[in-house]
This record gives sequence, structure tokens and C-alpha cells, in this order.
Amino acid sequence: MRFSGWRVLKEGLTGNKGWGPHWRDPQPKREYDVIIIGGGGHGLATAYYLAAEHGITNIAVLERGYLGGGNVGRNTTIVRANYYLPGNSEFYSHSLRLWESLEQELNYNAMMSQRSILNLYHNDGQRDAAVRRGNSIINQGDDAELLDRDAVRKLAPYLNFDNNRFPIQGALMQRRAGTARHDAVAWGFARGADMRGVDLIQNCEVTGIDVEGGKVTGVQTARGPIRAKKVALAAAGRSGQVAAMAGLTLPIESHVLQAFVTEGVKPLIDQVITFAEGHLYISQSDKGGLVFGSYLDFYSSYAARGNLPMVEHTMETCVAMVPAISKARLLRSWGGIMDMTPDGSPIIDHSPIEGLYLNCGWCYGGFKATPGSGNAYAHLIATDRPHGAATKFKLDRFRSGHGLMDEEGTGAQHNLH
Amino acid sequence: MRIAGKGLTQGAKSVNFTFNGQHLMGLEGDTLASALLANDHHLVARSFKYHRPRGILTAGSEEPNALVTLGTGAAQDPNIRATTQELYEGLEARSQNCWPSVEHDILSVNNLAAPFFGAGFYYKTFMWPAAFWEKLYEPMIRRAAGLGALSGEADTDAYEKAFAFCDLLVVGSGPAGLMAALTAGRAGADVMMLEEDSRMGGRLLVEREEINGKPAALWLAEALAELQAMGNVRLMSRTAVTGAYDQGTYGALERVSHHLPRNHSLKGSHRPRECFWRIAAKHCVLAAGAIERPVAFRNNDRPGVMMAGAVRAYLNRWGVAPGERITLFANNDDAHRTARDLAAAGVHLAAVIDSRHDAPDSDLFPVLKGAQVCNTSGGKRLESITVRSVRGEEKIQTDCLAMSGGWNPSVHLTCHLNGRPTWRRDLLGFVPQPDAVPGLRAAGACNGTFSTQGALCEGAAAAAEVLEALGLQRHGAPLPQADDAPYRIAPLWTVPGKGRAWLDFQNDVTVKDVTQAAAENFRSVEHMKRYTTQGMATDQGKNSNVAALAVLADVTGRSIPETGSTTFRPPFVPVAIGAMGAGAADQGFKPQRFVTSQDVAEERGASQLEVGLWYRAAYFPKQGETSWRQSCDREVMYVRKAVGVCDVSTLGKIDIQGADAAKLLDFVYCNTFSTLKQGRVRYGLMLREDGFVMDDGTTARLGQNHYVMTTTTAAAGQVMAHLEFILQVLRPEWDVRATSVTEHWAQFAVAGPKSRELLNALLDQPIDSEGWPFMACGEVSVLGVKGRLFRISFSGEEAYELALPACYGDSLFRSLLSRAEGLGGGAYGMEALNVLRIEKGFITHAEINGTVTAQDLGMAGMLSKKKTFIGQAMAARPGLVDPDRVQMVGLKPIGAVKELSAGAHLFNPEDPVERIYDQGYVTSAGFSPLMGHTIALGFLKQGANRIGDEIRLVDHMRGLDTLCEVVEPVFFDPEGERTRG
Amino acid sequence: MRLSCPLCGDRDRREFYYKGAALRRPAPDADLDVWHEHVNLRQNPAGPLAELWYHEMGCGSWLTVTRNTVTHEIMEVALASTSGLGGPA
Repeated sequence: MRFSGWRVLKEGLTGNKGWGPHWRDPQPKREYDVIIIGGGGHGLATAYYLAAEHGITNIAVLERGYLGGGNVGRNTTIVRANYYLPGNSEFYSHSLRLWESLEQELNYNAMMSQRSILNLYHNDGQRDAAVRRGNSIINQGDDAELLDRDAVRKLAPYLNFDNNRFPIQGALMQRRAGTARHDAVAWGFARGADMRGVDLIQNCEVTGIDVEGGKVTGVQTARGPIRAKKVALAAAGRSGQVAAMAGLTLPIESHVLQAFVTEGVKPLIDQVITFAEGHLYISQSDKGGLVFGSYLDFYSSYAARGNLPMVEHTMETCVAMVPAISKARLLRSWGGIMDMTPDGSPIIDHSPIEGLYLNCGWCYGGFKATPGSGNAYAHLIATDRPHGAATKFKLDRFRSGHGLMDEEGTGAQHNLH
Repeated sequence: MRIAGKGLTQGAKSVNFTFNGQHLMGLEGDTLASALLANDHHLVARSFKYHRPRGILTAGSEEPNALVTLGTGAAQDPNIRATTQELYEGLEARSQNCWPSVEHDILSVNNLAAPFFGAGFYYKTFMWPAAFWEKLYEPMIRRAAGLGALSGEADTDAYEKAFAFCDLLVVGSGPAGLMAALTAGRAGADVMMLEEDSRMGGRLLVEREEINGKPAALWLAEALAELQAMGNVRLMSRTAVTGAYDQGTYGALERVSHHLPRNHSLKGSHRPRECFWRIAAKHCVLAAGAIERPVAFRNNDRPGVMMAGAVRAYLNRWGVAPGERITLFANNDDAHRTARDLAAAGVHLAAVIDSRHDAPDSDLFPVLKGAQVCNTSGGKRLESITVRSVRGEEKIQTDCLAMSGGWNPSVHLTCHLNGRPTWRRDLLGFVPQPDAVPGLRAAGACNGTFSTQGALCEGAAAAAEVLEALGLQRHGAPLPQADDAPYRIAPLWTVPGKGRAWLDFQNDVTVKDVTQAAAENFRSVEHMKRYTTQGMATDQGKNSNVAALAVLADVTGRSIPETGSTTFRPPFVPVAIGAMGAGAADQGFKPQRFVTSQDVAEERGASQLEVGLWYRAAYFPKQGETSWRQSCDREVMYVRKAVGVCDVSTLGKIDIQGADAAKLLDFVYCNTFSTLKQGRVRYGLMLREDGFVMDDGTTARLGQNHYVMTTTTAAAGQVMAHLEFILQVLRPEWDVRATSVTEHWAQFAVAGPKSRELLNALLDQPIDSEGWPFMACGEVSVLGVKGRLFRISFSGEEAYELALPACYGDSLFRSLLSRAEGLGGGAYGMEALNVLRIEKGFITHAEINGTVTAQDLGMAGMLSKKKTFIGQAMAARPGLVDPDRVQMVGLKPIGAVKELSAGAHLFNPEDPVERIYDQGYVTSAGFSPLMGHTIALGFLKQGANRIGDEIRLVDHMRGLDTLCEVVEPVFFDPEGERTRG
Repeated sequence: MRLSCPLCGDRDRREFYYKGAALRRPAPDADLDVWHEHVNLRQNPAGPLAELWYHEMGCGSWLTVTRNTVTHEIMEVALASTSGLGGPA
């Protein structure tokens, strides 16, 4: 069913009785060409692009819970392409371009809103780092501008310019960055994949990966064994667990990242704002809630919930940098499980097992990568060659030291990225 | 309407307040809601989506409708629940999210368009033309969305945070909480009892009942008096426990002065507006009670439709009848108490409708059994209800409908650590899973035990278990006797029929929306929630989630436990960012660290830089200088021509002593320190275990087993932790200790051709170049004060660093400056320091950016092959020794533009300026007054082999595009003759 | 979250710095594969994990902590100096 304003009008006039399911609930078949483990944003996007761009439709996406229930359903919805290291630059650039046409492509309003991002800097060192980053972005072909303090003040007068422990000196701005309605992204891809014949199978936990003679042959699931020519991991924070089923150890630690939303208030924050000091990223949703986050809790966790020290740190950063939101009330906090790598950048690659593919290590940058990741992963699965925008996301780089993408420069300590 | 002789507010002082500009009067002890109802004021707010008129639904913090804004300017406080806001003299409240007024709200046209605004409609439209989303649709939606407004000004109220510790935390002060606190308190346990309400007592404040044969209020007063008299019990009202965290940590929000006129909480006044508590409790008894849930029927959202328990609360606690002709609609016995209390108070009860055929009878009022309310009418106030029974449909005139669909135990805290509640069919509600939060026991209504007697009993029993765990003796006081009526309920979630029946009142989610979501295959409860926004309003579904779940279960043909529940997450009640972020406003965000020369720097008008937590002088302006560059150039020339003095105390200083001190240094640095002679200093480079450079600095050998290491300012903490890691984890058998002495020493660089002359004027024993060659160190004394002198240089000049105990820092700096000025020099700051070090190619964390190797820095030769050290193995990875990597180079401008800038990228002149042709980047740039132009350091692919090449420097951010020459990264005195003096 | 430091007693998580899994350092001349495993690869269990914490804002002790990564239950805390993680010299 095609969605449109006319359709909404027509259904409204006839009692909204004509809306069909967004996707089917098929029984798993005995065998598929491709099984994708994980029905989150990346898994669903992968299925969609495999079907839409590569004509592979005999696919099952196996999800142990509900579609979009992982990090795509629990993030701060920011989309941007402002990385500076080769590998990341071209990938996020590609992903942002996909975001820009996503709604028309999916016939689903994911509310992609290019409201711009301001990465504030507070001293000369941070400014020079912002300049290096901005130049990288331009060299990649994306947009970036360096704003001085007055220009930032004009755009975001509610920030603390007058009595700040770390005075705001300026910002790196990317106008094409913004936010999207996170759940809708998952649903849009799910619907698009389902329409093209992909089987989306919920409540179907994978309990084993079958490997014969160094080649993957299928998976064991809570709903029985399913054979497959190719098996593709897209399990985010659970990647290590799933890979272990195939005997693989990944360069990944799972950590909890909390995120926060306040009660709805009238529009105040128009852009996405981030602070280099103390680390904060904040935007305001279309519903009026302020959505924000900060660092990881820093300890390994699968609990998808956090503790007070990082909650308080985040609120302290808000108070320091945006004192105008001090009276906004925190409504809900939640945690996601982040697959942290030693260089803070992801992996889209073959695994050592034939027919088993890896897509993991998104740290806490996975949401903005969703279309790009699905697109590049689908390319890899379909053609067995890396997508041109994702050639550097190699598993081997950690061992060889070639092409590490350590944007933070914090080295091989997984939780510091 | 206030009922004479009813309520705890009898005889209270009257209080003036305004609502939407209208002057009204309430009583001390009123909430804004009770005062509005006493004034017969029902229309308080508008709903979020359809802007439907809304009144007061509840009497607690779960209120979804009656949200108002208080105050103006910086004090503007949106989304205040009228049901918890205590009245104070002069309180000014107003409706929000309506225009021009709550009476006449333009956006109520949305209500007419409701057929088109069903669940998830926005995902299906607003896509054409594509550009219109950002230009038209989204701005429209954003303007309409949101509830109240923030002022946009910085908050001027004060907030606090505090820690507390106890044996037993009791959450809630109803019968279960009171008995828990009494039992534990009598046994001597350290008890905290927290109550969200302004008064202790929970439901005992709002029910007419007896305990031990006397009115509950009397028993409550006695219990509280007993608790207050105990030195080991802390009672905190207006304090809501907001979250349960690991190892018995709880968050709690105390509303310290919300009940007082606002000037009580301004910054500088003696009390904060709110205090956020972090409580470490060995045990917790959750006695949080239960929340009554509405029934979904057509137009159940009109002002005047209220919860039955709330109607009872307004009557019994505040002496307010919310209507003149009240009706009641319920599916459970408990709700009949409301009818009994109303009847006893002489309020006219128009009808009692019970969906159950076996509902209890009453002498006081007729009960319509097996009947349901299927519609209401009225505009801004309920006028009538339509009742459906075997007799057909009839309309009953009423201005207030008290409804009850049963009670939901407040299990929230028990789910904060991922515990899932258990469905109880007899209660039609979720109860906590035991041990869902280690150390937490639920008691009373929150545990599904609804009778007062049951609550008293469970509270006492839970405390008894805690006492046993604490090893304390329980006192054998008898359990008080109270009502123990069973809780009888029959399922009734929705009343079938046409039209819209509300589930989530604030977000305007109706039964139809949930049904439609299910039809679109949003059958998972999480999908339904996210698709319809059910339970995502400010009450987080406290009123509506269970009923919505029941609807979803019904339409998908599953049981409620099969359907599951959404996740309860902290905070239990919303918490102001200002409270959890207390202390961080203005300069409070991070500690401030000042060097001992700070006063002098301020006296001289030095510009300050934040360097980590430190403040350092950037430059010391002189009269007549109009830009920082002029000052900086002058200060650079002090050092090159005479002598400059700079505070370098912020560099990390680590004292290392012990028989194995040399071993430690050999292990932590990639070059060797065991061979360093006593009285000498060596430059060292340390790697992370992954082979990249961590930090650099100089280490001096003061004695056979005594070194002092310096680190960069930025990495001081990291290096200290690293040393401790080696000493405690990797090499605990070594006899060596490391101690941070950064703050113990004030250390000043004295640099320039006249540095020795200056020092000799100050030192008790003069020095000469033979006794103190380059890289010498040792003890000196200044006016009898023992200190340390290091002949090291970060400027390339003959230079020393003189360290005295920090208490002498100020006077030492003053003495050094006055003598330097006598020699034609003076103070220099960070800007000049930076230029001086770039001229010499010395690195800082602009270069040691976490991604560089020793080879990149041209220091591959420092990686010792004669010993093992941290990072050695991984530094040998092929990717780290690849000759194709970048290497540090110097850059000199050629061509017309003599500017270079940090952050610029480098390209071969013939290549396009695109990422794939990128050759490197500039890390540091500064104007060299010696050379008369800017110079820079940077990393360039195979840089060491490209000395003399032309390279194109492009800085889009600053609009700079110029050619430069690749040079060795030492611009000045490459042989180091000046350093050696 | 609270940890019981063997020297200081029960303390809030905010006093501690977290490093990661408690792993024995390989021999300096071990294979690159061994070092790669040590520095980069992680078992990353959903369950009990031996890890290293540093009582940075307290006594400065490095601690080995056995903690469940699913429930956050802390099963054991000991001074890291007794853990033998240094490996061959």
C-alpha cells in the first residue's frame, strides 16, 4: 500500500479501516539465500538494500525481540557526516546522501530534518581540531563552516556565553546534519524489505551458527534450524555473543550508553548542539522533548541501563552549557548496548568463515550510519566485494595496525571512544 | 466546592492566588488542584494533540491533564502538576499549550480533524514535495507540539545535591511504610522514610477508616510522633524516590521550596528550590502504594471526569466536593468507598454505576449493577453521562463522574534494574517480581496488598526481615488492627461503542489508535507504544499503560501477560535538569586549578587560558599594545634576546623512589633511563600498550634511586594512573613508589641568553655553565629555601627550570620578574611559549594527538632494542612502521600569502583538493617574529623524504590556500648551540 | 553502582576509573597474534567478568573486580597486586 496525504485523507473519511499491516509475520522457511541476524536498523536496512538494489529477496531477518528494538529504538536520533579520518569520511558522506533521499525511497516519513549541527569549541586547541575536521569534511565533498562566537550566539542565544567555566569560542557547523525519527527509520526499512518479499521474523532468537568445513550452512533458532547460503551478523551490542556461536572472538567490548529525554516544552533548541568540554549532544524533538546524551557509563554492560554518576554528569553539562533548560524535567532515561572497538570505528567485512559476514563495532555512532551501513553491507553480501564507501572497515586493521580510524585518539581501550 | 466540617484543611488560613489572571482564594494545605476545585474551576488545560478541554483527573504526581505554568521570566516553570503544587500566598498559575486562552483555543480545530490524525498518520504523509517537510510541515508541527514553554533565560534558582546513607530506606509513608519504619526504628536501625507528598500518611490522609479502633488520622499522628522522637529515623516529606540503581543506590528528589514563594530559592538565598539525593541504602522497603486507573469509554476525558480515589481524596483531605451531582462508575469494591464518603458528607450522589452484576449494595445509594457509562456530554465541563444497561441507554445529569477501573500497584522502582512485573489475575494488575532489585522488598498496595490491615502487616514483616539481615532485635509490639476487606474487581478496560475512548489522556491516544496499530501489525507492546505514543506523555503511562495493554491483548487475541509490558525507567517522577546538575552552573562545572603566579598574572592584566582544569597566562599585555600578537612577539623576543620567565608548574611532576626506580622508567619509557647519571635530565617518550605515543617529558635523576618525572599538563593524570597500573598490576614485585607532586612545587622556566645572569642574582650559590651543563639538575637554594634547578629548554635558548615549594611560588615569580625586567626581559605566557617551541620543532599534544607513532615524530631511534618496554610489541605492527605513514615536518610559506594555519590540509600542488589526494595536515602554526612570517609543524605522508618539496596548504575554514616549503621541523638554531650556551 | 574497596570500604562508582577486562600481559616477545588478542580482542561475556578498576578518587589502588555484566552484581573485589596479571618479564 502506498502512503500519501490522499491516502490519509481517504482513510480518515472511511473510518481508517483500510490500513493493512506494515509487514507480515511469516513462518520461517527451511532455507534462505541470506539470513540476517538482528532486526535492528542496520539489519533491516541491509535486507532492504539487498532486495532493492541487488535483487536478492530470499532473505530472512531474524530478530530475537521486536523489530527496531535495539539501538535504533534507543538513541539520540542525530544524523551527520562530520568525521575526519579516511574511511569514516567517505562512509558517513555516503550515508548522509542516502538519508537525504530516504523518505522518497522508502515512501515513509522518517522525519529526516536537516536542522544542522553545531560542534562547539572552547579553546584554541579544540578550534584547530575543528578546523582540521571541517577541512576534511569539505575535502570529502560535504559541508562545514567555522563559526565564531558571535555567529554561534546569533543561532543559539540560549547557550551560556556569559559565565561559563569553559567559554564558548565558536563552533564547527554542518548544515546538512540533523535528526530523524528513529523508530520510523527501522519501520520504513522493515516495510520496504517486507514489500520486496523479505521475511521479517520476530521473537526468533538465534542460538547457534552452523559451520561445516569452514563454511557457514545455517543457523539454529528458537524456532528451529534454518539453512542459509550466507549469514550476516547485524547484532550491535550482542555481536560478541553471536560471533562466539561461530567460534569467533571480536575486537569488541559491550558498554552501556545512556540517553535522556525531558518533558515536552515549546521549541527552544533548533539545531543539534554538541559540546567538546564534558561531552554533550542535545537536540529537541518535534514533540518538544529535549533529547540528549553524553559519555558511556564506561563499564562493560549488557544491562541496557545505567547508573547515576553519568546521569548527573550529563545534567551538569546541560546546566553549565545550556542554563536555560535547567527547569526542563528529565522524563525518561534509558540505556543501549554499544559495541565498542579499539579504534572507535566500525567493521563491515568478511569473517574468517566463508559465507559469514560481519557488521559490528558501531560504538555509539550507529544510528547515523543506518542507511549507509545497510547499503554497504548489502553490497558486500551480494558481491563479496566491499562497497566503495566502506573499503576501510576491515577486521584485520586491529592486528596489522594499517588504516586504524581512531578519531578520538584514545587508542586501543574500547571504552574511551 | 468546599464542604463545611470536612478535610484536614479545616480552620486553615486563607491563601490568595491567581489562575489565568483570575484572583481566587484557597486554604493553607491546599494543592493548586484542590483550591481550583474548591473554586469550582474545572477547565484547567488542553490536551496535547487534539487540544481537548481537560480538567483535573487525579490527586497525585501521575496527573496527565492539569499541567500549568508558574512564574514568568527566568522563574517560568512549565508543566507543573496542579495536583502536587502546594498553594502559597501570591501563587500565579496559568494554563499552557493553548492560544489565545484555555477557554478558546484555536488549535481545538485539531479535534475536528481527528479522523486524519490517527495513530502514526505522520509517517504516511508530509513527504511531498520533499523540501516542504523542513520548510512547512515540521515547523508547523513543532510550534503546535510541546507543552509549556521555558523562558529561554538562564535559571536563577539554586539547586543542591546531597548524599545520604542508611540501613533501611522506606519509600512511602502510608500504612505499610509507617509500619516498616516503626518496626525498624524501634529496633535501632538507621532508617530514612521518604514521602513524595507534603504530608506523611499516604492513603491514611484521604480515607475514612479506623486503626486500633480510633480514627486513622489519630493513629497516624501518634505513629509520626513516635518516629520523630527517634534519633535514628529521618523523615523526609516532599521527597520522591526517582530511581533504583545498582548496589542499593537510590535517587530521590526533594522539593525544598516549591511550596514557598519563589524568592526563597533564588541563588544566594538560604534554601534551594530542589535537592537531588543519592542514597546508599543497605535495604529498602518499597511502600509506594498504587495508582488508580481510568476506564476507557467514549468522551471519558471531559473536565469533571475524575478518578474515584481522587474524588475521595479531595473530599476527605481537602474538604472539597468536585461537583454538586456526582456519579460514580467502577468495576471494583474499593470505588464504593467514594460513594459512601460522599453520601456521608451530604454530597448529592446522582448514580453509582458498577459494571459487575454482583456489585455490593448500599443503604446510602442505589447501585446500577451490570451497567456501564458509554458516553458523556458537555463542553468545558461534564454535563451528563449516558449509562447503558439491560434497560437500554439513559442519560444522567452530572457535573462530576468518579471512575475507577481498579488499581495498579506502583511497581516502577522494582523494574528499574530490568525486573519484569508479574500479572496477578485476581487483582487485574502487575505486582513486583520478588528480588527484582537486590535488597528491596515491596509491601502494601505496591505489592498488591490493598487492605490497610494487609499493608500494616506486610510493612512490619518486610522490616522484620531487614532487621534479621542487619542482625538487629525486633521489638515485640503488637500489630495495629485495621480494615481488612478483600479487594474485589472484575475486568473492565473499555466500554464498547462508537467514538473515541481515551487511554492516554495527555497524548490523546484512544482505543481506536491501539486497535489501528494492531491492525497495522504493531502488535508488540513496544511497537504499539512507539507507534501511538501511548504512555510517552509526562505521566509515562502511569494512568493508562495497563489498560492500553489490555486493549492490545484483546485485539491481538493474547492474554495480558503474553502481551507483555513496556519498560519502566527512571525517573519515577520527572526531575528538573537543574536539580540533578546542581553545582555545575556558571563556574561550578569543573574545579578550577590556579598556579601560584595567578595573582601576579591578574595584577598584570594577563589574558587567561583554560588548559584542562588549569588556568594559565596566555600573554602579559603592556600599555600601548593593541593585539595579542604584539604582546606575544615581544615576549618571544625576551627569550631570544634577554630572558623570559614562564610558569610551568602545571606540567605533571611525579616523584619516583625505590631500588627499582630505574627499572620502572626503563619499562614505561621507550628509551633508557637506567643509564642516566645522577644530576642529569633526559627527554623520554612513552607509548601506550597499543604502540602509539602516549606522552613525553623530561625525567631527572636526583639520586641513585630517586627520579622526578615530568609529564605534559594534559596527560598528568593519565600518566600517574599508568605508573600505578604498572606498579600495582604488572610489576607489584618491584620496590618502587610513585607519587604525584605536581602541586607541591612551583616551577618556572627562566629562558634566554641572560637566564644564568638572572638566576645568579637570586640563588644563594651562583652557578656556571661547567657545573651546570645542558641537562644538568640538582638542588639549589634561594634565600635559604631549598629548591631544584633543571637546565632544560623548551625554547632552544639556554634555559632553566627553577622549582621551589609551592608556598614560595608567588614571591619567587615576583622576584624572577623584577630581575628579568631589569635585564630587558620579563614574563612570557602560553602564546609565546608556543611560538618558541614551534621554532624549535618541540612537540605538544597538538602533535601527540593519540594517533602518532614514534616514527611519525621522527623519534623511531628512541625505541630501544636493548630492553622491553610498554608498547614495544604493538609498535612493531606493520601498520605502525609503514614508510608510507605521515611524518612530522616543518612548513614555511612561499608565495605571496605568508600565512599558515593549524588544521589546514596538505596537497601536492598538482592534485585536486579532494580527500583522496590528502597528503597530511598542519598541527601547530605561529608567527615567528624572528623570521617575520608564520611557521608551522604538521604531518605529511613520507614527510622526512620530502624536505625541500613544495606543498599546497588549504584551509577552507579560514579561506587560506597557499604554497609552502617542506622543511626540517627545526626552524632555528638546528645545532642547538644556544641551548648549550 | 557501588564497589567495596579492600582498603577504603564501600564506595560510590564515581570514585573509580574503569579500564576493562583483567588480562594477563603476554611475554614481550610473544607473537603479534598473542599481542593482538591481548590488546584488541575481548571475550566480552554476558555474565561474570574479571575486570580492572582504579580507585582514582580514593586510595589509588588498582583492583580486580568480578562483576556480572548483565546484572551488575559485584561478586569479588581484590587488590590487583595479588592478581598475577603482569605476565613474563
